[in-house]
Amino acid sequence: MAEKIISPEELAGGIDYKPKKKTWFDPTVEFRRGTWNYAAPAKNLEYLDLPNPRKWSPTDEDWKLPENWKEIILEGLRVRIKRFRSLQLFMDICVRCGACADKCHFFIGSGDPKNMPVLRAELLRSVYRKDFTMAGKLMGKMVGARELTVDVLKEWFYYFYQCTECRRCSVFCPYGIDTAEITMIGRELMNLVGINIEWICTPVANCFRTGNHLGIQPHGFADSIEFAVDELEEITGIRVDAPINKKGAEILFVAPSADYFASPHYYTLLGYLALFHEIGLDYTWSAYASEGGNFGLFHSHEMMKRLNAKIYAEAKRLGVKWILGGECGHMWRVIHQYMDTLNGPADFLEEPVSPITATKFENARNTKMVHIMEFTSDLIRNNKLKLDKSRNDHWHPTFHDSCNPARAMGLIEEPRYVIRACCNNFTEMPENTIKEQTFCCGSGAGLGTDENLEMRLRGGFPRANATKFVHERDGVNILLCICAIDKATLPPLLEYWVPGVEVGGVHEMLGNALVMKGGKPRTTDLRGEPLVGVAQAEEEKKEQEVSEDA
Amino acid sequence: MSALFALLMIIVLLLIPIIGTEVLGLNYVFGVVIPYAAIAMFLIGFVYRIVRWASSAVPFKITTTCGQQKSHPWIKSSSLEAPHNTWGVIGRMALEVLFFRSLFRNTKADLREGPKLVYGPSKWLWAAGLVFHWSFLIILLRHFRFFAEPAPFFVSGLQALDGFFQIGLPIIYLTNVAIVAAVTFLFLRRLYDPKLRYISLGSDYFALFLILSIAASGILMRYTGFRADIVDVKQLAMGLVSFHPVVPETIGVMFYIHLFFVAVLFGYFPFSKLMHMGGIFMSPTRNMANNNREERHVNPWNYPVKTHTYEEWEDEFRDVMKAAGMPLEKEK
Repeated sequence: MAEKIISPEELAGGIDYKPKKKTWFDPTVEFRRGTWNYAAPAKNLEYLDLPNPRKWSPTDEDWKLPENWKEIILEGLRVRIKRFRSLQLFMDICVRCGACADKCHFFIGSGDPKNMPVLRAELLRSVYRKDFTMAGKLMGKMVGARELTVDVLKEWFYYFYQCTECRRCSVFCPYGIDTAEITMIGRELMNLVGINIEWICTPVANCFRTGNHLGIQPHGFADSIEFAVDELEEITGIRVDAPINKKGAEILFVAPSADYFASPHYYTLLGYLALFHEIGLDYTWSAYASEGGNFGLFHSHEMMKRLNAKIYAEAKRLGVKWILGGECGHMWRVIHQYMDTLNGPADFLEEPVSPITATKFENARNTKMVHIMEFTSDLIRNNKLKLDKSRNDHWHPTFHDSCNPARAMGLIEEPRYVIRACCNNFTEMPENTIKEQTFCCGSGAGLGTDENLEMRLRGGFPRANATKFVHERDGVNILLCICAIDKATLPPLLEYWVPGVEVGGVHEMLGNALVMKGGKPRTTDLRGEPLVGVAQAEEEKKEQEVSEDA
Repeated sequence: MSALFALLMIIVLLLIPIIGTEVLGLNYVFGVVIPYAAIAMFLIGFVYRIVRWASSAVPFKITTTCGQQKSHPWIKSSSLEAPHNTWGVIGRMALEVLFFRSLFRNTKADLREGPKLVYGPSKWLWAAGLVFHWSFLIILLRHFRFFAEPAPFFVSGLQALDGFFQIGLPIIYLTNVAIVAAVTFLFLRRLYDPKLRYISLGSDYFALFLILSIAASGILMRYTGFRADIVDVKQLAMGLVSFHPVVPETIGVMFYIHLFFVAVLFGYFPFSKLMHMGGIFMSPTRNMANNNREERHVNPWNYPVKTHTYEEWEDEFRDVMKAAGMPLEKEK
């Protein structure tokens, strides 16, 4: 974006947690540049058979809604109240105690009171009260009831796309009210009348067609894997095998598509490839199920199911025994909490057993999909890997728990175990910012766009600020994470708030440390950065040459 | 504004039993009819709400994990924060319901020069909430001495414990002081904190004022000149529970005020946020085990969707795949 962004000091200095208005009933929203996302193009809606495809922009006065838009939304709400007890309950039981208020990264970074989770939910609750409760019909504003109007709909759009569905608020809520549920259903309702954003609908349409969000066709996918194999060979001197669509392989490996097409994800991919070669894993990639991530989750429950169906279908077609999944956050929310219910049962697969250690992954015995952190930590625990930690000595890592692995799975210690086995200099960020209390990158749930940059910088402020703390105190220079959206959106965030800290994956560190049989001695890490000993040796050599010249 | 409106409502509610009994002499209405109606509304409304909630489906297992999952035997899992079985869930729910576990986690975010964000512990809401709810429960249980002869076994123990310090005559119950202090705190924080003031609705203030009014009228009756005749009260209460209601003549207006506020609370309960009492047990992020990949969860309305099948996909990309030498199901 060409526009100048204000300085971090200015941005933080302008945050005021005191609401400027007295009440929140007025729905008027100012669509200020940098705080909202572009509308979805009509062609993608048409491709996906979604309602009301048209050209529009959130800044337009007229959103070109269907004539009976209000009926559609209220009917949609009525249906969903019956379908989701979460929604029904969360509409009814909030006492507005305010415990969630300052738990949201968007509130902390913006001070906008409608970003307090309680109020985000009240935006929907107010309509629910008006049309579905006696008290709301009779008492109106006193019980917080509001008429559904076009302005309320616009307000929903603004604030339901300023929530990353990270679920941090639900950790603190005394009743476990989960704003992600509210946001997900709020977005579903808007989808019914054709209100959706490009950065969700385009990846979804791509994924539906080609198998991945980036729209990479099968031969392009094969090319990028091949390219990674070449690159790994240059660094290690070893040519690894990376089969694609191989029938009869033991394991299907599914990773987020960014791993093979974006940086710094790419170094994590090199890590996977090195690891699978070294342990001699009989596995395959799939070009059809070439996406672990699932932007359908950010669209609707139905779209999540439509995209997710490919993974089990492909596992069945290829005849694998079980599925292994790469480093990705929301992908794992879908796999852990939704996949089997949506598209299972996977009775054609076997209960996952590590072919290297014979460990049974009993916690995945029904879904039959194992997280790579569970897989790799088991390898390390059983001494199946030779790791040279000193190869990561130029890195001083800290670990950012990605929202979904932390709060939807409880995958907290596995990655730390792997990091500690691969790195000498691991440091934790402050307690209130990690593990189940981790702060979102601020760009999840489809919000990671350039046009939304200001809001992303605000939402990512708490995460960046905690990183800055350990950067200044301990010299942390890399933020490790196990999420593709993190890897894509944390680099610009950190560049803004805390320059000098890189972003990397855990399997990148593993790939660095992994001692492989054969090949050549490593002089660089997977990024091509010289290793500590090597850099020193080179410098000494240079110095020697200089002194000899003298 | 909304607080004032709520206060006005309370004043109106206060006048109703005063006028009703003192002026109009409708003692039977206020002593018998309204309490019965309130109890009926409470029971029917409560059951209706629970049934309504229960009739809503639980399509997915969406546990919020607040601790380590159970994966490898060598990683200690958190059976209460990320329970993997029913026992863990029961433990987690017990902690939530009895001790407000999640509220105990509360922190306060503060933005300082730098910019530097700091998160300090913030236990006041938790403490006041806990004191309020437990006091309310103990006070409610103590009232059972009016409804049974002899008083139930737990009443004398509770009374002794509650009046442990033996201050005043009649002895001042700790819970009486505690509930007034806690509710007052909960009210003041709504007024004092700009964020809270912004999110608070008239109904939020109303619930607090109503409970405070019940406590105040009860305290006035016990400790001041507004004293109600305890024998009369028991006679009325016993009559109500045995469905042979009698209305004693000399029971006093303060009693009718107290009883009327309690009736309003009971009648209002099922239509309000106070239903969180029942709702907390049904919260899907808390009452399900984090064993998603271990045990299948069935969605009762799971319907078939349109997907892009492998066959359709291969048909679309066969040529480029062939050129790239990728394996195919069909050659053409």
